[in-house]
Amino acid sequence: MPLISLKNLEKSYKTGAGETFVLRRVTMDIESGDFITIMGPSGAGKSTLLSILGMLDGDWSGEFYLLHEAVHSMRPKDRIALNREYIGFVFQQYHLLDDLTVYENLEIPLSYRNVKRKERQAIVADSLDRFQMVGKKDLYPNQLSGGQQQMVAVARAVIAEPKVVLADEPTGSLHTSQGKMIMDLLKTLNDEGTTIIQVTHNEAWAAYGSQVINLQDGWMVS
Amino acid sequence: MSDDAHLLINLKDLSKVFYTEEVETHALSGINMELKKGEFVSIAGPSGCGKTTLLSILGLLDSPSGGKYVLDNEPVENLTASTRAKIRNQAIGFVFQAFNLIGDLTVYENVELPLTYRGMPGKERKERVQEALERVGMAHRINHYPSQLSGGQQQRVAVARAIVGKPLIVLADEPTGNLDSKNGHAVMSLLKELHDDGATICMVTHDPRYANMAERMIHLFDGQVVSEDEAKKMAEIDEGGFDIA
Repeated sequence: MPLISLKNLEKSYKTGAGETFVLRRVTMDIESGDFITIMGPSGAGKSTLLSILGMLDGDWSGEFYLLHEAVHSMRPKDRIALNREYIGFVFQQYHLLDDLTVYENLEIPLSYRNVKRKERQAIVADSLDRFQMVGKKDLYPNQLSGGQQQMVAVARAVIAEPKVVLADEPTGSLHTSQGKMIMDLLKTLNDEGTTIIQVTHNEAWAAYGSQVINLQDGWMVS
Repeated sequence: MSDDAHLLINLKDLSKVFYTEEVETHALSGINMELKKGEFVSIAGPSGCGKTTLLSILGLLDSPSGGKYVLDNEPVENLTASTRAKIRNQAIGFVFQAFNLIGDLTVYENVELPLTYRGMPGKERKERVQEALERVGMAHRINHYPSQLSGGQQQRVAVARAIVGKPLIVLADEPTGNLDSKNGHAVMSLLKELHDDGATICMVTHDPRYANMAERMIHLFDGQVVSEDEAKKMAEIDEGGFDIA
């Protein structure tokens, strides 16, 4: 059974004259352990597709299965619960909270999963070790380079051990060397079994993945 | 009540020096400043003048290199990082230029975050979050994610997060910097309303239209507080208006 299965997924907006489609009949299966890259020109629907896969957007039609769960017939509240259980998100702009330390930023997803304090401390300590950020735990995001901030964001995305990491232009705000560092990190996570779905414009970063999906005007073209 | 009882922030001869390799940069020097409870103050000045550094120190995100900082009658310049974090969580609400919402948390969860860090019981958290979202007119969007909102709406949610813990002061760093003028104006009107209801607000901006909406303006130039006249003069020099005669 695929991890994710989409059948004729569509998203559109009502406009004055009629309907504008953002995604058209998107049908695909994603297996556990895949590293998928979504590419395409601006406005092709890449980020929209990623938002739907991450259950951040519930306004679409078609079928979306996550293992046995029929996401298309779920209430928003249950979708949020499914997001918490399966998904970690990495954003281009990091989405760290500037008034929280690295340690506190890493703790956020755990507090939303009702993990007890002692256990939270242990998990955050492990994560700081794993990502070699122990020395930076008391620093604030603005005391870190962009690459370091994105590293914290990746660490935060995987801290609750999601099955899938969705990354929307994760290197889009970084220099090449820092971008490579983040891509290497995503590759390592994938080698360890995490399914990765990324959006990128960069061919070199796309090569890290095992499969490329090209979108154009909302259609899958390959 | 004496004047002291109204005083929320008192900075005396505050300085901040950054060291990069062998270069010493004085980001702030000799800053003396008072802020009373209920005031709405804007900090204005060209980029690089030290505005954001000053706001970071006021918000206990950074500590000064020298001088005194008294917040609500407590000296806070030499506290440990963990004590600073605790005071910050209780006393200070932040609004950032880039909204700083977390994309995979709902509006409700984003606003709830500071309260979760306080260990507040669930029922009280719920009431507070609801109240804060109603205050900024976003209570009808609690289950939305940030990407489903406009920039102006996102910043209103960020303001709700800043006020949900009933802080002593709201610090806003270029709160309109990422917004078009219509949404920028709406966010400024919201800050103004909060102030009219009694909130103390300190805002950094380089937009004179918005700086003027505060009751009082503090001008910074090259890391020092200068008078309005001096600030004007500096600005003219900056624009190339050197008077050589």
